[in-house]
Amino acid sequence: MKAIISVIGEDRLGVIAKVSTKLFELNINIEDISQTIMQNYFTMIMMVDTSKSTLGFSEMADEMKKLGEEIGMEIRMQSESIFNAMHKI
Amino acid sequence: MLSKDEILETISMINSQHLDVRTITMGISLLDCIGNTVSETCERVYEKITTKAKNLVKVGNDIQDEFGVPIVNKRISVTPVSLITAKTGGSIEVAKTLDKCAEEVGVDFIGGYSALVQKGMTDFEKEFLLTIPEALACTGKLCSSVNVASTKTGINMDAVKMMGKIIKEISYLTRDQGSIGCAKFVVFANAVEDNPFMAGAFHGVGEADTVINVGVSGPGVVKVALEQVKDGDLTVVAETVKKVAYKITRVGQMVAQEASKRLNANFGIIDLSLAPTPVMGDSVGHILEEMGLDCVGAYGTTACLALLNDAVKKGGIMASSHVGGLSGAFIPVSEDIGMINAVNKGCLKLEKLEAMTAICSVGLDMVAVGGDTPADVLSAMIADECAIGVVNNKTTAVRVIPVYGKNSGSVNFGGLLGTAPIMPINTTSPSRFIERGGRIPAPVWANKN
Repeated sequence: MKAIISVIGEDRLGVIAKVSTKLFELNINIEDISQTIMQNYFTMIMMVDTSKSTLGFSEMADEMKKLGEEIGMEIRMQSESIFNAMHKI
Repeated sequence: MLSKDEILETISMINSQHLDVRTITMGISLLDCIGNTVSETCERVYEKITTKAKNLVKVGNDIQDEFGVPIVNKRISVTPVSLITAKTGGSIEVAKTLDKCAEEVGVDFIGGYSALVQKGMTDFEKEFLLTIPEALACTGKLCSSVNVASTKTGINMDAVKMMGKIIKEISYLTRDQGSIGCAKFVVFANAVEDNPFMAGAFHGVGEADTVINVGVSGPGVVKVALEQVKDGDLTVVAETVKKVAYKITRVGQMVAQEASKRLNANFGIIDLSLAPTPVMGDSVGHILEEMGLDCVGAYGTTACLALLNDAVKKGGIMASSHVGGLSGAFIPVSEDIGMINAVNKGCLKLEKLEAMTAICSVGLDMVAVGGDTPADVLSAMIADECAIGVVNNKTTAVRVIPVYGKNSGSVNFGGLLGTAPIMPINTTSPSRFIERGGRIPAPVWANKN
């Protein structure tokens, strides 16, 4: 399944490294990354493929949320379908 | 390929603008549960609901986790109970069974302790109506509704007369909790059979066995979108609302399809109603104020609401394959911080609310009035709302709460039901009108065949 991971929070060292490491551990493949600073907030969007992971979606999302809490960022993982539903006719 | 802005827009709608799916409601037919005795019926009802809806809450939570959009309520609606107990009686036992089922499967509410008496009442229906106060007093999650009028049949004024008395009795029996039972009882004209919202949800007899109906929400999203077009004229305002309604509804459509598939149920409808909650940033009242009113209740309120209601429908209809339920803006006073503030300021009065109900999705909703309001005044309020619904060929409803022992101030129901300011009403007696009973004939344009 394709999913979107968003990482939002104050800019700090090593955010991409920590998020990528966690995704590697979970066997989730990163397909695309973009990042920017918006209104003083670091905003990173990742498109990932979860098909090789053995965990259920809720567990993966939960792992990412927990990582966010550890590094002081808000991390969400959502199925790509909600974005497609809303923005594609 | 999705753009970054699109992704961030969706995240922001969910994070800071309170976009949510208000309810996934599973409609379950109980027609095949009618037994030879009421205990046999109860056994079958319990078995069927706890089997069909066993995974409803889990599936709702899974979808919430997967798509990252909150699904606030999971509910069940059933075939009107008056039909299920027609043969055996014992409706209170069925009420308790339904409540037990709701506890067992973990849903927020179960609706369908209902009767459809828009043209006339059978003896068993009369008997059933009289059990409503006790049923609501002895259960926690049960909701009840009665349809007393329709455009096709006119208004059953005998039923309307009973409704005032029933509301007073519910108020008395649940007096220890601010008469909260009245918040779980709604009187309809032109009730719909696929409404996912409470208190008025029931599973119509024309429906399939098990159906998923979804109610979306998102007044906060509409308000924020309108903040971006402060200088736009009203055509721009309408276009903006349409686009947002489209996006909100697409989320609902996706959730409904996914839930139906996972629960092995038919996809029923998406209800496009903009449903507010009492929290800041989730108010229909504030949308109307964003359109340019200083306060809801001012002249112009009805026009703004008409624009909003129409634009929400136009945007939503394209986004969903089946639209139904009530579909429009809700104006429940106690559940909307903008409406509560307007009532407290003295700007929004019952007469203006009544006018708003002629063009919005439902009717006088979550309106608290003094506990000493006579039953015939309540019946007359209902008759007026029915007249608006019947003549305009739309659903209208009354969910009014005469707060026992209180005639001013406010009453807090907690949670989504919010805080209801007790509104002053005109208590001039309509009793001779209500006492007449009988039927107000259907309007001339009901004869279309």
